[in-house]
Amino acid sequence: MIALGQDEIAKYPFLADAGQYLKDQGFSLEQFGTDPDLKQLIQKAYDRILVAADGKIYKSDLIGDHVSKEAALPREVFSFLLAIVLLKLCGMHTLIKRFALAEARRAEKYLERDLSNISDESKKELAIRVIDDLFSVQIEKQDDYFVIPVSDYLKHSINFHEREWKLINRHVENGLVFLTPHETVRLIRKELGTYINSKIINAKTPTMIPGFEDSVNKLSMLSKKFATFTVTTGEYPPCIKHAIDVLEKGENLPHSGRFMLATFLLSKGQTVQQIAPLFKNAPDYNPRVTLYQLNHLAGTSGSGTQYSCPSCEKLKTQSLCFATSECDNIINPLQFGKKRK
Amino acid sequence: MQDTDIKFLEDSFKKYYFEHFDLIHVPERTSEREFGFQKFNSGMTRHIQIKDDKELHLLFMQNVPSDVYCSNAYYSFPNLPMNEKDWKEADLIFDIDAKDLNLTCRANHTVSICYECNEISKDSNQCRKCNSTKLEKKSLPCKNCIDQSKIQVERLSEILTNDFAIDKENIHVYFSGNEGFHVYVYNSQFQEIGSRERSELTDYISLRGAIPETFGMRKFKQDRAAFPDFNEKGWKGRFSKYVFGSKSKRSKIITELLANGYSSFQKTLDDVSKNIGVKIDPNVTMDIHRIFRLPGSINSKSGLTKILCTDLTKFDPYSEASFLSDETIEVLANSPIEFKLKNKKFGPYNNEKVTVPTFVAVYMICKKLAKTA
Repeated sequence: MIALGQDEIAKYPFLADAGQYLKDQGFSLEQFGTDPDLKQLIQKAYDRILVAADGKIYKSDLIGDHVSKEAALPREVFSFLLAIVLLKLCGMHTLIKRFALAEARRAEKYLERDLSNISDESKKELAIRVIDDLFSVQIEKQDDYFVIPVSDYLKHSINFHEREWKLINRHVENGLVFLTPHETVRLIRKELGTYINSKIINAKTPTMIPGFEDSVNKLSMLSKKFATFTVTTGEYPPCIKHAIDVLEKGENLPHSGRFMLATFLLSKGQTVQQIAPLFKNAPDYNPRVTLYQLNHLAGTSGSGTQYSCPSCEKLKTQSLCFATSECDNIINPLQFGKKRK
Repeated sequence: MQDTDIKFLEDSFKKYYFEHFDLIHVPERTSEREFGFQKFNSGMTRHIQIKDDKELHLLFMQNVPSDVYCSNAYYSFPNLPMNEKDWKEADLIFDIDAKDLNLTCRANHTVSICYECNEISKDSNQCRKCNSTKLEKKSLPCKNCIDQSKIQVERLSEILTNDFAIDKENIHVYFSGNEGFHVYVYNSQFQEIGSRERSELTDYISLRGAIPETFGMRKFKQDRAAFPDFNEKGWKGRFSKYVFGSKSKRSKIITELLANGYSSFQKTLDDVSKNIGVKIDPNVTMDIHRIFRLPGSINSKSGLTKILCTDLTKFDPYSEASFLSDETIEVLANSPIEFKLKNKKFGPYNNEKVTVPTFVAVYMICKKLAKTA
């Protein structure tokens, strides 16, 4: 683990060992529930969660890169640690997810600033080391850019849907991808969120601490707001309709198209026996082979893996996408027709 | 296929494997790979683990396979079912196939075989005898097909070495044994990446999914200085060479591009992608569990060998990949299209008995254009 200075712990509180930090400062959790001065910090922690739940980033008492006052530093770190305690006591995963993401984005801002710091080499080095330690991504500075190996770039960018993150839209040279400090940090946002999330999930859940009940109850109420309901129309997306049309006309549907159709219908709960007849008009139809392949996709034979429906992005590259306005920015055909209520 | 044909193919293949085992490249880290084979008129046997040359040789001799395959992936337990193999890494493989290049010559050398009545005719969508639309297409690729595929291989190699910094000695090009080339990349930074990452690599190589901004075209706040230059690395440089043609035309063409606007630029990109994007089959590269035809083995679609091309420019598959014997045999040939093997022309044959060398007979039988007489 990296040795952190005071300012660094305030910026990246998730890097610190929570229990150890409290002990080092000479406090126990119970004191926060009873001591009127310390109790304010529970409110601060609650607010920190609330801001995150709202999708915003918690504004800390840091001025620039520095803790404004001596007293502000423990407040910064305590409110983070107490927020984790509250989240554990309340046990609502949606809140934990939102909190982790907001904290990740908060840390992202500092990482970005540290990376682009020209005057203080050590700040930049620390940021590079944080990235390397946490995500095993080796970044190096080359002129105004940070460069990372293409394979590392791909592992992280693969979950982004915005087209500017596609490798083809990046500057690639000598096996390296060129990124600005902003892009470098953005690239690991999800992992940062996942890292913080897993730290919270893996933390021990304490038994209820006197003085914490109010905030925990309020959080439980709050989390109900985030439960979502969806309605489904049951209509097939255009790519699936097109595939069915092609088969009905007795034309050849490429292997990738058959894969899409079968995995889509299987995911919608249809059985192999229901799906098989769809392929009977195919020029090379063979009932035995069709059943074998469908069972394979369904995971009832072969490796036992159930294959999932390819993403819209994938279908585009296979020329199987026939998007209409109703597709409405979905990322997988399975989402078609599902609307948030 | 009739029994006598199978017997003939098996005998010819067996002889080849007996005499040319030196051509069969046993891949490195042999025991970590999965092998598989097919016999004539039967299914695939896979999940085989092989220790060395000797065991491989034995497999060929005992089974007389029509096709032999080997994984690009490395596993802890290659002989176990797929989900228990414990995937470790995989070489990067690209498939370039003449049939994906939309070449105009194709119609001239494709035959249609009717599934219903076995009638053979030149390329069409309907059987001329029974009007069925269920047809099997067989292509007898020509020199143009091979030359165009070579251009794609060269473009691919250029991107692999320049953009991805892969050493030339880690790129091996094989003739597939039928209509194209397989390009293998060993020991690269990409060994351990998964299927989705590989798919992203194929999009890069085929210049798919680019946005106008990448090449300098913005929706708002347009800026001439943002357009790429000739000597830029990667796709930017390739783009400018293709779109601007020469340095002197650059400024004029940028003016045109800006005047035509953003959405027209997207169309320009599609055109660029069609013309200078490398045409690789993305599904092959993405598949990290696939077994690939083993170098040195015969492709049962043609009777030609999948062979390493040391000098791609000079390589001629129809003389250098044909290793079967010259002994003659009488066949009943029905090939409406002429073809060339070992620098000699054969056909067209109109359902006639002809005496031809074994390598020609095998080629036609594999293409379903002849039967043993």
